[in-house]
Amino acid sequence: MKPAQKLTAFKTILSKEVMRFLRIWVQTLVPPAITMTLYFVIFGNLIGSQIGDLDGFKYIEYIIPGLIMMSVITNSYSNVVSTFFTAKMFGHIQEMLISPVPNHIILMGYIGGGMARGLIVGLIVTLVSLFFSSLTIEHPIITIAVVVLTSMLFSIAGLINAIYAKSFDDITIIPTFVLTPLTYLGGVFYSINMLSEFWQNVSMVNPVLYMVNGFRYGILGVSDISPVASFSLLAVFIVALYGFAYYLLKKGVGIRS
Amino acid sequence: MTHALKITNLKKTYDNGFQALKGIDLEVKKGDFFALLGANGAGKSTAIGIICSLVNKTDGDVNVFGYDLEADREAVQEHIGLVPQEFNFNIWEPVIEIILNQAGYYGIERPVARKRAEELLKHLNLWDKRDEQAQNLSGGMKRRLMIARALIHNPKLLILDEPTAGVDIEIRRSMWDFLSKLNQAGTTIILTTHYLEEAESMCNNIAILNKGEVVESTSMKELLSRLQVETFVLDLKEPLDIIPSDCELTIHQRDTSTIEVELDKTRSLNYLFETLSKHNIRVMSMRNKTNRLEELFIKLVEKSKEENTSIKSTSSEVTA
Ligand SMILES: Nc1ncnc2c1ncn2[C@@H]1O[C@H](COP(=O)(O)OP(=O)(O)OP(=O)(O)O)[C@@H](O)[C@H]1O
Ligand SMILES: [Mg+2]
Repeated sequence: MKPAQKLTAFKTILSKEVMRFLRIWVQTLVPPAITMTLYFVIFGNLIGSQIGDLDGFKYIEYIIPGLIMMSVITNSYSNVVSTFFTAKMFGHIQEMLISPVPNHIILMGYIGGGMARGLIVGLIVTLVSLFFSSLTIEHPIITIAVVVLTSMLFSIAGLINAIYAKSFDDITIIPTFVLTPLTYLGGVFYSINMLSEFWQNVSMVNPVLYMVNGFRYGILGVSDISPVASFSLLAVFIVALYGFAYYLLKKGVGIRS
Repeated sequence: MTHALKITNLKKTYDNGFQALKGIDLEVKKGDFFALLGANGAGKSTAIGIICSLVNKTDGDVNVFGYDLEADREAVQEHIGLVPQEFNFNIWEPVIEIILNQAGYYGIERPVARKRAEELLKHLNLWDKRDEQAQNLSGGMKRRLMIARALIHNPKLLILDEPTAGVDIEIRRSMWDFLSKLNQAGTTIILTTHYLEEAESMCNNIAILNKGEVVESTSMKELLSRLQVETFVLDLKEPLDIIPSDCELTIHQRDTSTIEVELDKTRSLNYLFETLSKHNIRVMSMRNKTNRLEELFIKLVEKSKEENTSIKSTSSEVTA
């Protein structure tokens, strides 16, 4: 395919993906807004008012970056895992497999779709948070870079999950048993300085901790982790997982018998 | 290069160890209308899947218009349009979107794709349904949607895996008509079907697959000429109690007013009627017992079954 044709193919996949979650916005965009409003009310206002400052910030101010990040992660992941898996189950992935669209374009199209959903939800949650707290962003470029890279990383992860999934159960197992615990334990609600040294060390192997703290650094200027560590980790994971996803697609794992 | 498709020693063993293709050779000429026949499970869809990059081959070569599938996969893919056996579009998407997206995967820009989609959907009587979700189409409309989708990039080779399954007679005829015109305009067509009448009336060349092997590959004419006898069913004017014993024809009686007559290929129909008149048998109407191709098909498939069992019995003798 010529570069112009590749671009057309990419735009096709991306816009198809974006149209899909926009068409069913009640299922894709509204739920995170509602859940996060509840989090803000309960953890931020009700319980938060009983908790003192954290790193010099009110509790609600401290958890807002974490909660935005949590929505971005889950929505990027679940967008790609469900749409790629459905394409596999109902067979319309074959429309792409028979055509000359390169694997890189398929990957980038789906990842782009997951990122679009994750980032739009992130924006919605940010807007909702304005009802509960004011927001000043300390380092805008870092903030945007971290959230974009994180949504990219979890879109790729969702795609890999979908490639291996054989049933609808398989696309909920990883989010429930891996993704949710990692996010909850990834410093969304607390600073790891509150933990004993042992648990602090255990927390350091959780990649989500680096992203949440990177994002919190961007917004508040405070973090348990150095921003350099956050970016390095994101870069390494993205390259590794993208390479792996490309390999799986090229081999036809789960999609070509 | 005179072929549209050339397959050499193509083998496929699925992950579960089942050997669906045991080394098949096929050649389809440019511009041909080719029938690929075979019983359920013969390996037709497997072969098509490999040609269309949906199934990984185990061994062998596939060449499409001079492009090797391994070395030039993109070129091969650009030349082929596929109408798969199973519905495989996104049922929640509108008809027009399905077609336009498919165009996008081939790198065709929207404005160009739109024009072509309109043309195709009008030809296939689906233009009124363009904004309908695909799940709301009838079975026959879904088949036509897949035909439109397969043609959006103007492929030179169109492969249809049972396109007329579940399609009513009228639509089936209009589909045949559509495909014939397409073929006349230069598109090479490969078709699998279980309606042998369809293959007989449209296809010039034919291959029969049986249990992963090609048991026959020849022209339709040549194949039909091999038919030694043809069987006719005759409805009689007056009931017949017994078949005259001195009759030169082989006659089976179905009931008192219906008989089946076998007629040797070398004999004419006049001879049949002359003979019957001689014995005072009067005929009201007549028809072929089965489709001619069907008779041959069953014979060929049974012959290869016998060969297989005879091979098995000799080998079991050896081991015993
Ligand atoms: N993914 C698979 N894994 C294992 N075996 C398979 C797979 N797909 C097909 N087969 C087997 O391969 C054989 C050939 O199947 P195929 O679908 O090619 O037949 P077919 O000629 O298209 O039949 P039909 O007329 O019923 O469509 C069958 O025995 C089938 O069970
Ligand atoms: Mg089949």
